[in-house]
Amino acid sequence: MGLMNNHGILERHSLLLTVAILVVVSIGGIIQMVPLFYMENTIEKVDGMRPYTPLELAGRDIYIREGCYVCHSQMVRPLRDEVERYGHYSLAAESMYDHPFQWGSKRTGPDLARVGGKYSVEWQVDHLVDPRSVVPESVMPPYAFLLGNELRFHDIADKLTAQSMVGVPYTSEMIENAAADLIAQVDPDADYDAQDALLARYTEASGREGTILVRDYDGDPDRITEMDALVAYLQMTGTLVDFSVYEADDLMNRR
Amino acid sequence: MTAIASPPARSNTSILTVGGLLAAVFLWSLFTVSQTSDILMNVHAWMFVILTGIGLAALLIWGGSVQDRNVFDQTKYEDTVVKFGVAASMFWGLVGFLVGIVIALQLTWPNLFYFPEIGWLNFGRLRPLHTSAVIFAFGGNVLIATSFYVVQRTCRTRLAGGMWPWFVFWGYQLFIAIAATGYVIGVTQSKEYAEPEWYADLWLTIVWVAYLLVFLGTIWKRKEPHIYVANWFYLSFIVTIAMLHIVNNLSMPVSWTGTRSYSIYSGVQDALTQWWYGHNAVGFFLTTGFLAIMYYFIPKRANRPVYSYRLSIVHFWSLIFIYIWAGPHHLHYTALPQWAQTLGMTFSVMLWMPSWGGMINGVMTLSGAWDKLRTDPVIRMMIVSLAFYGMSTFEGPLMSVRAVNALSHYTEWGIGHVHSGALGWVGFISFGALYCLTPWLWKRPGLYSIRLVEWHFWVATIGILFYMISMWFAGIMEGLMWRAYNEYGFLEYSFVETVEAKHISYIIRMLGGLMYFSGAAIMAYNLVRTALGHTASQSDNLAAESRPSAAPALAE
Repeated sequence: MGLMNNHGILERHSLLLTVAILVVVSIGGIIQMVPLFYMENTIEKVDGMRPYTPLELAGRDIYIREGCYVCHSQMVRPLRDEVERYGHYSLAAESMYDHPFQWGSKRTGPDLARVGGKYSVEWQVDHLVDPRSVVPESVMPPYAFLLGNELRFHDIADKLTAQSMVGVPYTSEMIENAAADLIAQVDPDADYDAQDALLARYTEASGREGTILVRDYDGDPDRITEMDALVAYLQMTGTLVDFSVYEADDLMNRR
Repeated sequence: MTAIASPPARSNTSILTVGGLLAAVFLWSLFTVSQTSDILMNVHAWMFVILTGIGLAALLIWGGSVQDRNVFDQTKYEDTVVKFGVAASMFWGLVGFLVGIVIALQLTWPNLFYFPEIGWLNFGRLRPLHTSAVIFAFGGNVLIATSFYVVQRTCRTRLAGGMWPWFVFWGYQLFIAIAATGYVIGVTQSKEYAEPEWYADLWLTIVWVAYLLVFLGTIWKRKEPHIYVANWFYLSFIVTIAMLHIVNNLSMPVSWTGTRSYSIYSGVQDALTQWWYGHNAVGFFLTTGFLAIMYYFIPKRANRPVYSYRLSIVHFWSLIFIYIWAGPHHLHYTALPQWAQTLGMTFSVMLWMPSWGGMINGVMTLSGAWDKLRTDPVIRMMIVSLAFYGMSTFEGPLMSVRAVNALSHYTEWGIGHVHSGALGWVGFISFGALYCLTPWLWKRPGLYSIRLVEWHFWVATIGILFYMISMWFAGIMEGLMWRAYNEYGFLEYSFVETVEAKHISYIIRMLGGLMYFSGAAIMAYNLVRTALGHTASQSDNLAAESRPSAAPALAE
């Protein structure tokens, strides 16, 4: 075969071989990945999506730090049992502000895409402190230490800035008030003006009322702990899109 | 005269350039230490300061004593760095397997193996430690060590770059140290198998480019007209991993003196990029790299030529072309557009063929020497690794079919699949290579004890079977339980009932892991005794061990 005989050329020229390898391994990735950034129907248009509030973002960083994603997916598949167990199947739009995504790959524990509001805040805290106190058969690690850890948020404005640089629509107002917004969400008695400002900013971004939960989360109103942030994040996951009015319009998304 | 004198001069330049790079990183880390308000970054910056500082000091002391000695003697192979690589592989292998046992115990007896006040020992932090330790620390060191050994023999020349191969080795260990400590103290960007943060990624990029240049540089000065097939595979591994690593890790640091960064991709695009990376880490780190090992060590140990030259060409190009497309099978039924899922599935099924092409080429190399399967447990280990490779590359395409994936995804089946490939294929071919390399490098007539290799082989093989079968059982069971309905049309089981049902499987899995670890510990003992020049009693080595000569030339 002629082609086979010509292979000797590649075997004698290392640079040619290197370039050939690079070309061959690039094709698949380019064809799959590039269109995803340009095709409009990749992410459906939905109402309600907004950037995370500073407290939720800090909580999400703790979710990532603790490696929650290794056991919990955040992606409800459009299969009958999953929709009945977890809720409406996940939309692409619901993770459009997730840098990085948290879809996960393994369910050693249940899916968390729609855990927001499924349990009370108190249950979430109890469960995180000692999972087996509320679910005896659970194999989840305990996270009691989150209650003791003060949340470090000196760089929260920098975090919002970095997020906005990768495309999350944080306004300059949101960035300037990041620390104040964080405090306002977890300490409802502190300052009503700050609280109203937080609600106004993120409600406007969402276009939907009632997506921001302002309260003390960890049962200790005097301190802002990592538990506050993590539970704030958990309690909002999957709640931004209102599925009582959502209808898939693009055929691609009608799964 | 000048021609003879010039190589050492050029090599001394390499001492200076490596020193310069280390000094730059040292100063940058020192600057970071002084500026950072991030405790985690402080830990890592100090690690960089201390470790690059040690490297720099060692380089100065050693480099200063070099004088006019020809330390990078071009007439000799650079084998010391390979010896270090063999030792590091063994060490990291044991660490990685041990952490695997710990996390298996945590899932089996959560009341005993979690400590509420010691969060950094939780499953979520140790699991990335386990995966990175076995894939990148153990597997990576095996790949670097064997590639340095093989490229020298098949090109019949010393490693290029003088000091740079040493930079690659120690630089890679530094990356491992940063990554491993990072997971435990809580530094991660949460992209599976790419968890290290931006500064560790930058460091690895430097190390990897140096690795590519050392490898290519050695090929450039080869004394053989043709580049041997193992080197095609090594080259595709190095080049593609560079591409995957850089593209998947593009991110925006929150601060140049902090650990945290945010991926430039989000949601769907990030998911596809991640699994394009993730699946091809399997494809190019755990497959082509280890196929390169197969293409050198099996023919060498069996003293037979590679079965088919044509098959190696066909399966090489088709394997690397098709593998890259397979990533989306990790995202079936997700919010990824269906066209991408279908492409991923189609190419995953096609991937079966080139995978088996490689397996056939490796197994059939034993043609005319089948008796060695009986007499040489090292050969047997490598051939059984190909059997596991064949099995998991059949299982993979099967699981990538959407209908199957609906059941298998998110379950323990995936864990079982990964481990049949990792323990069976990657582990066994690596052990085979280490068993070959140790006597070759330390110039010993043979291994300390062949009987211990037999023990390793059987303990580990049975361990893998424990692992695989328990995870198939657990995975298929939980998949079916998740979708089970009762006669009233309601879901039959709550989630936690499916967790409870896996308890026995978890125990068996843990035992399997323990057996596999025990096998590796036996190997470590055997290899250390071999390197020390010991020989067990005659009866231990009754089996006829093939003792290849040190001659580099390979049968065509």
